[in-house]
Amino acid sequence: MRHFLVHDTRDNVGVAVVDIESGQVAGGTTLDNAHPFQVKACEAIPLGHKIALKDLKVGDTVIEYGEDIGKVVANIRAGEHVHVHNLKTKRW
Amino acid sequence: MAKIPKIMGYRRQNGRVGIRNHVVILPVDDISNAACEAVAKVIQGVLPLPHAYGRLQFGEDLELFFRTMIGTGANPNVAAAIVIGIEPEWTGRIVDGIAATGKPVAGFSIERHGDLKTIEEASRKALEYVQGASELARQECSLEEVYVSAKCGESDTTTGLASCPTVGRVVDWLVEWGGTASFGETSELTGAEHIVKQRAATPEVGDAFMKVWNNYNDFINQCKTNDLSESQPTKGNIRGGLTTIEEKAMGNIQKIGRTKYVGVLKPAEAPGGKGLWFMDTSSAAAEAVTLWAASGAVLHVFPTGQGNIVGNPIEPVIKISGNPKTCASMSEHIDVNVSAMLTGEMTLEQAGEELLKMMVRTCNGRLTAAEALGHREFVMTKLYRSA
Repeated sequence: MRHFLVHDTRDNVGVAVVDIESGQVAGGTTLDNAHPFQVKACEAIPLGHKIALKDLKVGDTVIEYGEDIGKVVANIRAGEHVHVHNLKTKRW
Repeated sequence: MAKIPKIMGYRRQNGRVGIRNHVVILPVDDISNAACEAVAKVIQGVLPLPHAYGRLQFGEDLELFFRTMIGTGANPNVAAAIVIGIEPEWTGRIVDGIAATGKPVAGFSIERHGDLKTIEEASRKALEYVQGASELARQECSLEEVYVSAKCGESDTTTGLASCPTVGRVVDWLVEWGGTASFGETSELTGAEHIVKQRAATPEVGDAFMKVWNNYNDFINQCKTNDLSESQPTKGNIRGGLTTIEEKAMGNIQKIGRTKYVGVLKPAEAPGGKGLWFMDTSSAAAEAVTLWAASGAVLHVFPTGQGNIVGNPIEPVIKISGNPKTCASMSEHIDVNVSAMLTGEMTLEQAGEELLKMMVRTCNGRLTAAEALGHREFVMTKLYRSA
Protein backbone atom coordinates (compact mmCIF):
# COMPACT_ATOMS: atom_id res chain seq x y z
CA MET A 1 0.00 0.00 0.00
CA ARG A 2 1.15 3.52 -0.82
CA HIS A 3 1.19 5.70 2.31
CA PHE A 4 3.25 8.59 1.01
CA LEU A 5 4.71 10.05 -2.18
CA VAL A 6 8.14 11.54 -2.76
CA HIS A 7 8.52 14.22 -5.45
CA ASP A 8 12.24 13.74 -6.09
CA THR A 9 14.91 11.20 -5.11
CA ARG A 10 16.88 14.05 -3.44
CA ASP A 11 13.97 14.79 -1.04
CA ASN A 12 14.31 14.18 2.70
CA VAL A 13 10.53 14.31 3.27
CA GLY A 14 7.56 12.42 1.85
CA VAL A 15 3.94 13.59 1.59
CA ALA A 16 1.29 11.39 3.23
CA VAL A 17 -1.45 10.44 0.77
CA VAL A 18 -3.47 8.67 3.49
CA ASP A 19 -3.69 9.28 7.24
CA ILE A 20 -0.65 7.46 8.64
CA GLU A 21 -0.94 6.09 12.19
CA SER A 22 1.73 6.33 14.86
CA GLY A 23 3.96 3.25 14.82
CA GLN A 24 2.89 2.24 11.34
CA VAL A 25 5.59 1.10 8.90
CA ALA A 26 4.77 3.40 6.02
CA GLY A 27 5.60 2.66 2.39
CA GLY A 28 6.20 5.30 -0.20
CA THR A 29 7.38 5.82 -3.74
CA THR A 30 8.47 8.51 -6.13
CA LEU A 31 5.81 9.84 -8.50
CA ASP A 32 7.12 7.60 -11.30
CA ASN A 33 6.93 4.53 -9.01
CA ALA A 34 10.65 3.90 -9.67
CA HIS A 35 12.03 4.38 -6.15
CA PRO A 36 10.42 2.71 -3.11
CA PHE A 37 10.84 4.10 0.42
CA GLN A 38 9.97 2.72 3.85
CA VAL A 39 9.94 4.49 7.20
CA LYS A 40 8.31 3.78 10.57
CA ALA A 41 6.04 6.66 11.62
CA CYS A 42 6.94 7.95 15.12
CA GLU A 43 3.62 9.81 15.33
CA ALA A 44 0.41 10.22 13.37
CA ILE A 45 0.87 11.99 10.03
CA PRO A 46 -2.40 13.33 8.57
CA LEU A 47 -3.04 13.09 4.81
CA GLY A 48 -1.18 15.90 3.07
CA HIS A 49 1.36 16.38 5.83
CA LYS A 50 5.05 15.54 5.57
CA ILE A 51 6.98 12.64 7.10
CA ALA A 52 10.77 12.81 7.59
CA LEU A 53 12.61 10.18 5.56
CA LYS A 54 15.85 10.65 7.54
CA ASP A 55 17.13 12.31 10.70
CA LEU A 56 17.49 16.09 10.34
CA LYS A 57 19.31 18.53 12.62
CA VAL A 58 18.67 22.18 13.45
CA GLY A 59 19.98 24.27 10.57
CA ASP A 60 19.58 21.52 7.97
CA THR A 61 17.64 22.23 4.80
CA VAL A 62 14.41 20.39 4.07
CA ILE A 63 14.28 19.25 0.44
CA GLU A 64 11.02 18.61 -1.42
CA TYR A 65 10.58 18.65 -5.24
CA GLY A 66 14.39 18.41 -5.17
CA GLU A 67 14.38 22.03 -3.93
CA ASP A 68 15.04 23.94 -0.70
CA ILE A 69 11.73 24.51 1.11
CA GLY A 70 13.12 25.89 4.38
CA LYS A 71 15.29 25.30 7.44
CA VAL A 72 14.99 22.85 10.31
CA VAL A 73 14.39 24.71 13.62
CA ALA A 74 14.04 21.65 15.92
CA ASN A 75 15.78 18.30 15.51
CA ILE A 76 13.71 15.79 13.56
CA ARG A 77 13.99 11.99 13.60
CA ALA A 78 13.11 9.82 10.60
CA GLY A 79 9.39 9.05 10.77
CA GLU A 80 8.45 12.29 12.54
CA HIS A 81 5.92 14.85 11.40
CA VAL A 82 7.62 17.76 9.59
CA HIS A 83 5.57 20.94 9.87
CA VAL A 84 5.49 24.50 11.28
CA HIS A 85 6.87 23.39 14.67
CA ASN A 86 10.18 22.19 13.22
CA LEU A 87 10.42 23.76 9.73
CA LYS A 88 10.51 27.48 8.91
CA THR A 89 10.83 29.55 5.74
CA LYS A 90 14.21 31.03 4.83
CA ARG A 91 12.38 33.97 3.24
CA TRP A 92 10.48 36.89 4.72
CA MET B 1 -4.60 14.72 -27.57
CA ALA B 2 -3.66 15.62 -31.10
CA LYS B 3 -7.06 16.94 -32.12
CA ILE B 4 -8.16 20.35 -30.82
CA PRO B 5 -11.64 20.08 -29.26
CA LYS B 6 -14.46 22.13 -30.76
CA ILE B 7 -16.69 24.20 -28.52
CA MET B 8 -19.90 26.20 -28.99
CA GLY B 9 -19.11 29.79 -28.08
CA TYR B 10 -20.05 33.38 -28.81
CA ARG B 11 -17.85 35.08 -31.39
CA ARG B 12 -17.83 38.81 -30.62
CA GLN B 13 -17.55 41.78 -32.96
CA ASN B 14 -13.75 41.87 -32.57
CA GLY B 15 -13.40 38.15 -33.36
CA ARG B 16 -12.75 37.09 -29.75
CA VAL B 17 -14.54 34.02 -28.41
CA GLY B 18 -16.67 34.10 -25.26
CA ILE B 19 -18.40 31.24 -23.47
CA ARG B 20 -21.01 33.26 -21.55
CA ASN B 21 -23.38 35.96 -22.73
CA HIS B 22 -23.74 38.46 -19.90
CA VAL B 23 -25.17 41.96 -19.99
CA VAL B 24 -23.25 43.74 -17.23
CA ILE B 25 -24.06 46.94 -15.33
CA LEU B 26 -20.76 48.52 -14.28
CA PRO B 27 -20.64 51.19 -11.58
CA VAL B 28 -17.81 53.66 -12.18
CA ASP B 29 -17.63 54.30 -8.44
CA ASP B 30 -18.85 53.00 -5.09
CA ILE B 31 -21.67 55.56 -4.83
CA SER B 32 -23.19 54.39 -8.14
CA ASN B 33 -23.60 50.79 -6.91
CA ALA B 34 -27.17 51.47 -5.75
CA ALA B 35 -28.34 52.62 -9.18
CA CYS B 36 -26.68 49.62 -10.87
CA GLU B 37 -28.31 47.20 -8.46
CA ALA B 38 -31.66 48.93 -8.95
CA VAL B 39 -31.46 48.41 -12.74
CA ALA B 40 -30.82 44.72 -12.12
CA LYS B 41 -33.96 44.55 -9.99
CA VAL B 42 -36.06 46.06 -12.78
CA ILE B 43 -34.61 44.21 -15.77
CA GLN B 44 -34.12 40.46 -15.49
CA GLY B 45 -30.99 38.76 -16.78
CA VAL B 46 -28.55 41.60 -16.28
CA LEU B 47 -25.55 41.38 -14.01
CA PRO B 48 -24.60 44.30 -11.74
CA LEU B 49 -20.94 44.39 -10.62
CA PRO B 50 -20.81 46.51 -7.46
CA HIS B 51 -17.38 47.32 -6.03
CA ALA B 52 -15.78 49.52 -3.39
CA TYR B 53 -13.65 51.96 -5.40
CA GLY B 54 -13.48 54.50 -8.23
CA ARG B 55 -13.23 57.78 -6.33
CA LEU B 56 -10.11 59.95 -6.00
CA GLN B 57 -7.76 57.24 -7.22
CA PHE B 58 -4.65 58.55 -8.96
CA GLY B 59 -1.47 57.54 -10.77
CA GLU B 60 -0.76 53.88 -11.46
CA ASP B 61 -3.63 52.86 -9.18
CA LEU B 62 -6.07 54.87 -11.32
CA GLU B 63 -4.66 53.38 -14.53
CA LEU B 64 -5.21 49.89 -13.09
CA PHE B 65 -8.74 50.88 -12.10
CA PHE B 66 -9.61 51.95 -15.66
CA ARG B 67 -7.90 48.89 -17.15
CA THR B 68 -9.96 46.67 -14.85
CA MET B 69 -13.29 48.39 -15.58
CA ILE B 70 -12.78 48.64 -19.33
CA GLY B 71 -11.38 45.11 -19.54
CA THR B 72 -14.32 43.70 -17.62
CA GLY B 73 -16.83 45.31 -19.98
CA ALA B 74 -14.72 44.33 -22.99
CA ASN B 75 -14.42 40.65 -21.93
CA PRO B 76 -15.80 38.30 -24.64
CA ASN B 77 -18.11 36.71 -22.05
CA VAL B 78 -19.97 40.04 -22.02
CA ALA B 79 -22.50 40.69 -24.79
CA ALA B 80 -23.25 44.30 -23.85
CA ALA B 81 -22.45 46.72 -21.03
CA ILE B 82 -24.07 49.62 -19.23
CA VAL B 83 -21.84 51.99 -17.28
CA ILE B 84 -23.23 54.21 -14.51
CA GLY B 85 -21.08 56.79 -12.72
CA ILE B 86 -21.57 59.87 -10.60
CA GLU B 87 -20.24 62.22 -13.31
CA PRO B 88 -19.97 61.89 -17.10
CA GLU B 89 -16.20 62.21 -17.72
CA TRP B 90 -14.83 59.02 -16.13
CA THR B 91 -18.05 57.26 -17.13
CA GLY B 92 -17.32 58.24 -20.74
CA ARG B 93 -13.73 57.05 -20.53
CA ILE B 94 -14.91 53.56 -19.57
CA VAL B 95 -17.68 53.57 -22.21
CA ASP B 96 -15.20 54.56 -24.93
CA GLY B 97 -12.78 51.84 -23.86
CA ILE B 98 -15.44 49.15 -24.06
CA ALA B 99 -16.86 50.55 -27.32
CA ALA B 100 -13.50 49.90 -29.03
CA THR B 101 -14.44 46.18 -29.05
CA GLY B 102 -17.52 46.98 -31.16
CA LYS B 103 -20.00 45.65 -28.61
CA PRO B 104 -23.07 47.60 -27.48
CA VAL B 105 -22.27 49.89 -24.52
CA ALA B 106 -23.97 52.95 -23.03
CA GLY B 107 -23.08 55.27 -20.17
CA PHE B 108 -25.24 57.19 -17.70
CA SER B 109 -24.24 59.70 -15.04
CA ILE B 110 -26.17 60.60 -11.94
CA GLU B 111 -25.21 64.23 -11.18
CA ARG B 112 -27.85 66.71 -12.51
CA HIS B 113 -30.32 63.81 -12.94
CA GLY B 114 -30.53 61.89 -9.67
CA ASP B 115 -30.76 58.15 -9.08
CA LEU B 116 -34.37 57.69 -10.21
CA LYS B 117 -34.12 59.24 -13.65
CA THR B 118 -30.78 57.48 -14.21
CA ILE B 119 -32.25 54.14 -13.19
CA GLU B 120 -35.16 54.60 -15.60
CA GLU B 121 -32.98 55.55 -18.57
CA ALA B 122 -30.41 52.83 -17.85
CA SER B 123 -33.19 50.27 -17.41
CA ARG B 124 -34.64 51.07 -20.86
CA LYS B 125 -31.19 50.54 -22.39
CA ALA B 126 -30.66 47.39 -20.32
CA LEU B 127 -33.97 46.00 -21.64
CA GLU B 128 -32.78 46.57 -25.21
CA TYR B 129 -29.40 44.95 -24.50
CA VAL B 130 -30.73 41.90 -22.66
CA GLN B 131 -33.22 41.18 -25.43
CA GLY B 132 -30.47 41.60 -28.02
CA ALA B 133 -28.15 39.27 -26.13
CA SER B 134 -30.89 36.66 -25.78
CA GLU B 135 -31.05 36.33 -29.55
CA LEU B 136 -27.32 35.72 -30.03
CA ALA B 137 -26.60 32.08 -30.90
CA ARG B 138 -23.62 29.97 -29.92
CA GLN B 139 -21.51 28.94 -32.89
CA GLU B 140 -18.75 26.43 -33.43
CA CYS B 141 -15.36 27.67 -32.27
CA SER B 142 -12.14 25.92 -31.32
CA LEU B 143 -10.91 25.43 -27.77
CA GLU B 144 -7.60 27.17 -28.47
CA GLU B 145 -9.57 30.38 -29.14
CA VAL B 146 -10.62 30.36 -25.48
CA TYR B 147 -8.18 32.44 -23.40
CA VAL B 148 -7.63 30.49 -20.16
CA SER B 149 -6.26 31.74 -16.84
CA ALA B 150 -4.92 29.52 -14.05
CA LYS B 151 -4.40 30.04 -10.35
CA CYS B 152 -4.77 27.81 -7.30
CA GLY B 153 -6.20 28.56 -3.87
CA GLU B 154 -6.42 27.08 -0.38
CA SER B 155 -3.66 24.84 -1.62
CA ASP B 156 -2.21 21.92 0.27
CA THR B 157 0.33 19.30 -0.68
CA THR B 158 -2.23 17.49 -2.87
CA THR B 159 -2.31 20.50 -5.21
CA GLY B 160 1.41 20.06 -5.87
CA LEU B 161 0.96 16.30 -6.34
CA ALA B 162 -2.25 16.20 -8.38
CA SER B 163 -4.43 19.21 -9.28
CA CYS B 164 -1.67 21.68 -10.26
CA PRO B 165 0.15 19.14 -12.48
CA THR B 166 -3.24 18.38 -14.09
CA VAL B 167 -3.62 22.05 -15.00
CA GLY B 168 -0.01 22.03 -16.21
CA ARG B 169 -0.80 19.16 -18.58
CA VAL B 170 -3.74 21.10 -20.03
CA VAL B 171 -1.71 24.34 -20.32
CA ASP B 172 0.89 22.38 -22.34
CA TRP B 173 -1.83 21.12 -24.71
CA LEU B 174 -3.48 24.52 -25.07
CA VAL B 175 -0.23 26.26 -25.95
CA GLU B 176 0.79 23.46 -28.34
CA TRP B 177 -2.54 24.02 -30.09
CA GLY B 178 -1.84 27.73 -30.49
CA GLY B 179 -3.94 28.89 -27.56
CA THR B 180 -3.47 31.63 -24.97
CA ALA B 181 -3.10 31.10 -21.23
CA SER B 182 -1.93 33.10 -18.24
CA PHE B 183 -0.57 32.41 -14.76
CA GLY B 184 0.54 34.82 -12.03
CA GLU B 185 0.46 35.03 -8.19
CA THR B 186 3.74 36.93 -7.99
CA SER B 187 4.19 36.71 -4.23
CA GLU B 188 3.40 33.00 -4.20
CA LEU B 189 6.27 32.18 -6.53
CA THR B 190 8.69 33.09 -3.73
CA GLY B 191 11.07 30.19 -3.29
CA ALA B 192 10.59 29.09 -6.89
CA GLU B 193 11.37 32.42 -8.57
CA HIS B 194 14.71 31.08 -9.83
CA ILE B 195 12.85 28.27 -11.61
CA VAL B 196 10.22 30.63 -13.04
CA LYS B 197 12.98 32.88 -14.34
CA GLN B 198 14.47 29.93 -16.22
CA ARG B 199 11.08 29.06 -17.70
CA ALA B 200 10.88 32.30 -19.67
CA ALA B 201 11.02 31.98 -23.46
CA THR B 202 13.91 34.50 -23.63
CA PRO B 203 16.40 35.94 -21.10
CA GLU B 204 14.72 39.36 -21.53
CA VAL B 205 11.35 37.93 -20.47
CA GLY B 206 13.03 36.20 -17.53
CA ASP B 207 14.58 39.52 -16.46
CA ALA B 208 11.19 41.24 -16.79
CA PHE B 209 9.69 38.59 -14.52
CA MET B 210 12.45 39.02 -11.93
CA LYS B 211 11.93 42.79 -11.91
CA VAL B 212 8.23 42.31 -11.13
CA TRP B 213 8.95 39.62 -8.52
CA ASN B 214 11.65 41.73 -6.82
CA ASN B 215 9.27 44.71 -6.62
CA TYR B 216 6.61 42.58 -4.94
CA ASN B 217 9.12 40.96 -2.59
CA ASP B 218 10.53 44.38 -1.60
CA PHE B 219 6.98 45.59 -0.88
CA ILE B 220 6.34 42.56 1.37
CA ASN B 221 9.63 43.07 3.19
CA GLN B 222 8.76 46.74 3.78
CA CYS B 223 5.28 46.01 5.20
CA LYS B 224 5.72 42.69 7.02
CA THR B 225 5.50 42.37 10.78
CA ASN B 226 6.46 38.66 10.93
CA ASP B 227 7.44 35.86 8.54
CA LEU B 228 3.90 36.01 7.02
CA SER B 229 3.14 32.52 8.30
CA GLU B 230 -0.68 32.26 8.50
CA SER B 231 -1.04 34.88 5.72
CA GLN B 232 1.20 33.27 3.11
CA PRO B 233 0.97 30.28 3.52
CA THR B 234 -2.59 30.75 4.84
CA LYS B 235 -4.00 29.06 7.91
CA GLY B 236 -5.86 26.74 5.54
CA ASN B 237 -2.67 25.87 3.63
CA ILE B 238 -0.95 25.02 6.93
CA ARG B 239 -3.88 22.91 8.10
CA GLY B 240 -3.57 20.99 4.84
CA GLY B 241 0.11 20.24 5.39
CA LEU B 242 1.94 23.09 3.63
CA THR B 243 4.62 24.60 5.85
CA THR B 244 6.58 27.32 4.03
CA ILE B 245 6.16 29.73 1.12
CA GLU B 246 8.95 27.88 -0.70
CA GLU B 247 6.99 24.62 -0.52
CA LYS B 248 3.78 26.36 -1.60
CA ALA B 249 5.57 27.97 -4.56
CA MET B 250 6.94 24.62 -5.76
CA GLY B 251 3.40 23.24 -5.82
CA ASN B 252 2.07 26.36 -7.49
CA ILE B 253 4.42 26.27 -10.48
CA GLN B 254 3.33 22.76 -11.44
CA LYS B 255 0.41 24.59 -13.12
CA ILE B 256 2.54 25.76 -16.05
CA GLY B 257 3.57 22.25 -17.06
CA ARG B 258 6.58 22.33 -19.38
CA THR B 259 5.50 25.45 -21.25
CA LYS B 260 7.76 28.50 -21.51
CA TYR B 261 6.04 31.85 -21.03
CA VAL B 262 6.41 34.47 -23.74
CA GLY B 263 5.79 37.70 -21.84
CA VAL B 264 5.08 39.55 -18.61
CA LEU B 265 1.80 41.44 -18.17
CA LYS B 266 0.83 44.25 -15.82
CA PRO B 267 -2.24 43.49 -13.67
CA ALA B 268 -5.35 43.28 -15.91
CA GLU B 269 -3.29 43.80 -19.10
CA ALA B 270 -4.42 41.81 -22.14
CA PRO B 271 -1.87 39.37 -23.64
CA GLY B 272 -0.33 40.69 -26.86
CA GLY B 273 -0.50 37.35 -28.64
CA LYS B 274 -0.71 33.59 -28.27
CA GLY B 275 1.18 31.45 -25.79
CA LEU B 276 1.58 31.42 -22.01
CA TRP B 277 1.86 34.79 -20.23
CA PHE B 278 2.88 35.70 -16.70
CA MET B 279 0.67 38.36 -15.08
CA ASP B 280 1.69 40.33 -11.99
CA THR B 281 -1.13 39.57 -9.53
CA SER B 282 -1.70 39.16 -5.84
CA SER B 283 -2.28 35.58 -4.75
CA ALA B 284 -5.68 36.33 -3.22
CA ALA B 285 -8.16 34.39 -5.35
CA ALA B 286 -10.95 36.90 -5.96
CA GLU B 287 -8.54 39.76 -6.70
CA ALA B 288 -6.47 37.66 -9.09
CA VAL B 289 -9.39 36.14 -11.03
CA THR B 290 -10.94 39.61 -11.38
CA LEU B 291 -7.65 40.82 -12.93
CA TRP B 292 -7.59 37.93 -15.39
CA ALA B 293 -11.21 38.45 -16.38
CA ALA B 294 -10.32 42.12 -17.01
CA SER B 295 -7.41 41.00 -19.20
CA GLY B 296 -9.92 39.14 -21.38
CA ALA B 297 -9.66 35.60 -19.97
CA VAL B 298 -12.96 33.75 -20.43
CA LEU B 299 -12.30 30.49 -18.54
CA HIS B 300 -10.41 29.96 -15.30
CA VAL B 301 -8.97 26.65 -14.07
CA PHE B 302 -8.54 26.60 -10.30
CA PRO B 303 -6.79 23.78 -8.42
CA THR B 304 -7.67 23.63 -4.73
CA GLY B 305 -6.65 21.35 -1.92
CA GLN B 306 -8.53 22.45 1.18
CA GLY B 307 -11.45 23.88 -0.82
CA ASN B 308 -11.33 27.52 -1.93
CA ILE B 309 -14.87 28.33 -3.07
CA VAL B 310 -14.17 31.44 -5.20
CA GLY B 311 -16.09 32.34 -8.33
CA ASN B 312 -16.22 35.33 -10.66
CA PRO B 313 -19.28 37.04 -12.14
CA ILE B 314 -18.15 36.92 -15.77
CA GLU B 315 -15.36 34.30 -15.97
CA PRO B 316 -16.44 30.75 -15.03
CA VAL B 317 -14.07 29.13 -12.53
CA ILE B 318 -13.54 25.35 -12.77
CA LYS B 319 -12.37 23.77 -9.50
CA ILE B 320 -10.02 20.80 -9.61
CA SER B 321 -9.07 18.95 -6.44
CA GLY B 322 -6.81 16.03 -5.65
CA ASN B 323 -7.67 15.92 -1.94
CA PRO B 324 -10.05 12.99 -1.36
CA LYS B 325 -11.32 14.48 1.93
CA THR B 326 -12.20 17.80 0.28
CA CYS B 327 -13.80 16.07 -2.71
CA ALA B 328 -16.00 14.17 -0.24
CA SER B 329 -16.81 16.89 2.29
CA MET B 330 -17.15 19.79 -0.19
CA SER B 331 -18.32 17.92 -3.29
CA GLU B 332 -20.69 20.73 -4.32
CA HIS B 333 -17.69 22.98 -4.94
CA ILE B 334 -15.52 20.59 -6.97
CA ASP B 335 -15.94 20.20 -10.74
CA VAL B 336 -13.09 17.74 -11.39
CA ASN B 337 -11.89 15.16 -8.87
CA VAL B 338 -8.34 13.95 -9.52
CA SER B 339 -7.72 12.41 -6.08
CA ALA B 340 -7.16 8.99 -7.69
CA MET B 341 -3.77 10.38 -8.74
CA LEU B 342 -2.64 10.07 -5.10
CA THR B 343 -3.29 6.35 -5.01
CA GLY B 344 -1.82 5.77 -8.47
CA GLU B 345 -5.18 4.86 -9.96
CA MET B 346 -5.22 7.87 -12.31
CA THR B 347 -2.30 8.99 -14.48
CA LEU B 348 -1.42 12.61 -15.18
CA GLU B 349 -2.51 12.08 -18.79
CA GLN B 350 -5.93 10.78 -17.68
CA ALA B 351 -6.36 13.64 -15.22
CA GLY B 352 -5.53 16.14 -17.94
CA GLU B 353 -8.11 14.57 -20.24
CA GLU B 354 -10.76 14.72 -17.49
CA LEU B 355 -10.08 18.42 -16.96
CA LEU B 356 -10.11 19.07 -20.70
CA LYS B 357 -13.52 17.39 -21.01
CA MET B 358 -14.87 19.57 -18.21
CA MET B 359 -13.43 22.68 -19.88
CA VAL B 360 -15.24 21.79 -23.13
CA ARG B 361 -18.52 21.16 -21.26
CA THR B 362 -18.12 24.46 -19.41
CA CYS B 363 -17.42 26.30 -22.66
CA ASN B 364 -20.58 24.76 -24.11
CA GLY B 365 -22.66 26.18 -21.28
CA ARG B 366 -22.45 23.82 -18.30
CA LEU B 367 -22.52 25.91 -15.13
CA THR B 368 -19.47 25.44 -12.92
CA ALA B 369 -19.99 24.61 -9.24
CA ALA B 370 -19.11 28.21 -8.35
CA GLU B 371 -21.61 29.60 -10.89
CA ALA B 372 -24.40 27.34 -9.66
CA LEU B 373 -23.66 28.30 -6.06
CA GLY B 374 -23.82 32.01 -6.90
CA HIS B 375 -20.17 32.90 -6.39
CA ARG B 376 -19.68 36.25 -8.12
CA GLU B 377 -16.65 37.71 -6.38
CA PHE B 378 -15.70 40.92 -8.23
CA VAL B 379 -12.78 42.37 -6.30
CA MET B 380 -10.68 45.23 -7.56
CA THR B 381 -6.95 45.29 -6.85
CA LYS B 382 -6.07 48.56 -5.09
CA LEU B 383 -2.39 49.53 -5.18
CA TYR B 384 -2.48 52.26 -2.50
CA ARG B 385 -4.68 54.83 -0.71
CA SER B 386 -6.82 57.28 -2.67
CA ALA B 387 -5.98 60.97 -2.69
